[in-house]
Amino acid sequence: MYVFFFAVASPFREAGSLANVLYESSVMGIMALPVALLMIGGEFDLSAGVAVTTSALTASMWSFQLSMNIWVGIVVALLVSLAIGAFNGYLLVRTGLPSFLITLGTFLILQGGNLAITKIFTGNVATDSISDMDGFEQAKEVFASEISIGGVDVKITVFYWLVFAAAATWLLLRTKFGNWIFATGGSKESARAVGVPVTFTKIALFMGVGAGAWFVGMHILFSFNTVQSGEGVGNEFLYIIAAVIGGCLLTGGYGSAIGPVIGAFIFGMVSQGIVYANWNPDWFKAFLGVMLLLAALVNLWVRRQATRR
Amino acid sequence: MTDNTTSPNGAAVNDKPADAAEPVVELRGAGKAYGNVRALHTVDLAVYPSQVTCVLGDNGAGKSTLIKIISGLHQHTEGEFLIDGRAVQLSTPREALDKGIATVYQDLATVPLMPVWRNFFLGSEMTKGPWPVRRLDIAAMKQTADTELRAMGIVLDDLDQPIGTLSGGQRQSVAIARAVYFGARVLILDEPTAALGVKQSGVVLKYIAAARDRGLGVIFITHNPHHAYMVGDHFSVLRLGTMELSAARADVTLEELTNHMAGGAELAALKHELAQVRGVDVDKLPEEKDLAAL
Ligand SMILES: Nc1ncnc2c1ncn2[C@@H]1O[C@H](COP(=O)(O)OP(=O)(O)OP(=O)(O)O)[C@@H](O)[C@H]1O
Ligand SMILES: [Mg+2]
Repeated sequence: MYVFFFAVASPFREAGSLANVLYESSVMGIMALPVALLMIGGEFDLSAGVAVTTSALTASMWSFQLSMNIWVGIVVALLVSLAIGAFNGYLLVRTGLPSFLITLGTFLILQGGNLAITKIFTGNVATDSISDMDGFEQAKEVFASEISIGGVDVKITVFYWLVFAAAATWLLLRTKFGNWIFATGGSKESARAVGVPVTFTKIALFMGVGAGAWFVGMHILFSFNTVQSGEGVGNEFLYIIAAVIGGCLLTGGYGSAIGPVIGAFIFGMVSQGIVYANWNPDWFKAFLGVMLLLAALVNLWVRRQATRR
Repeated sequence: MTDNTTSPNGAAVNDKPADAAEPVVELRGAGKAYGNVRALHTVDLAVYPSQVTCVLGDNGAGKSTLIKIISGLHQHTEGEFLIDGRAVQLSTPREALDKGIATVYQDLATVPLMPVWRNFFLGSEMTKGPWPVRRLDIAAMKQTADTELRAMGIVLDDLDQPIGTLSGGQRQSVAIARAVYFGARVLILDEPTAALGVKQSGVVLKYIAAARDRGLGVIFITHNPHHAYMVGDHFSVLRLGTMELSAARADVTLEELTNHMAGGAELAALKHELAQVRGVDVDKLPEEKDLAAL
């Protein structure tokens, strides 16, 4: 695919373009990781897209309205994000309702809340710029700086993305918790019967998505200094698509952390490649749909192979 | 009480002489209702170290319900459940495992998409290293799983294959090997031989005897009175959720047991029915021996 765009779009061949593709991939890929882990654990989260915005809004408005150091806002945003994840997870394990319903509810609450609360405090759909607040430069350094490699500026999220992906792979394949994720998604009842703490695993996975949303939210906040309160809607599907293209089963119990990295990279290449090739960007969605269906068919085949009875 | 439950393979736990021993697990007038369905009612059962307690009964008699109470998957709704003479209410299977009670479930054996060795150690994984880098001890787990499975007569060349690719009998054997390995004091087997061929069934029965000789209390659930009589020390027959018969080996013959299981009069009626079916079909079906095999 990379070769394809490399061939048809000459601007795609510059090193700067690769940096752009990687950046685009990383912002989506960082979120696709916890979403994929959650999916392996048998659930999915429709509120993940707007939760990113919620996190950015929380940090921004908390610091600005209370005139506090920006790091206070960042910590508050982390707590709020983790609390949203815990809320989703707790409600799920207590009620036994499907995650589709519960997180659809959270999605609507957050989407409406983002807009309404921002309007209350700023009278506007966007937050005030926080670029002159205490701690801003420092936080920008952490969440949204650039690192120059051979004359090409690469966004720091690319490195975070790869580090997180390595950590997620280790977690999945080399730790007890990883074993529990597979088991919880593969067969919840069997897992519980042999002593796996299924409830803990599910809540922790939802909180992981919260942590991811916080991180990406902080990146967006410190890249643009201000946050549009209506943003993020629809991104939850992109995360899920990246995970599915990467080979995670929608029904749980199967997948990897490298998969969504590849899924997100494909996503980045296509979205940037189409721009560089000067095509109509509308093709992007169509292309994504084809990829999704293909991936779903491959998944189906894998599952059939593994569970012939 | 739980000092030796952490040691897998639970080497000889029973420090009292068998005849003076107290029951490890005991039910007194226990019962369980699923909503309106009363699956189990006033059941007494005692499991002693170094003894095999067989639970028999028809489909739906409440056998699985009984063992799900003991293994912590369900809670009893009436009566008492005692472990080491103390009344308990287990809320998760983890608690039962921590008390040394391991179970092979009839319907909840394994996670199909996970590799064999991960299934074997699921919920009781071996780890190494200090906390931040504590990780699975994969080599040790594969080694142990391989040894334990070979001892059961199952030789797999690839422990990394998803357990869903094994045959039903092989899967069941993995679940049994796992329970034998982790069951420190009490081993519960829910119809372990139902999916198995003659040879594998023999292996399972040998395992049950071996576990008993190591001092474990075994609860063996089966439809097959012959299997039960081969290893059992005590027989309990469940019928529509209540205990119909509870007798020591000395007080019951295989004949009586078979009769109780089928419910005496019902068996006679069944014989009569079968004769009729046979009378009708013998003329139409050329191969009579197929029918006789039924
Ligand atoms: N989860 C449940 N919810 C409601 N009713 C149940 C549940 N599990 C079992 N029952 C009912 O309880 C009764 C006893 O079921 P149980 O599974 O204990 O039987 P069993 O003796 O193990 O039968 P089998 O030999 O077929 O395994 C049945 O009438 C069954 O329908
Ligand atoms: Mg049963």
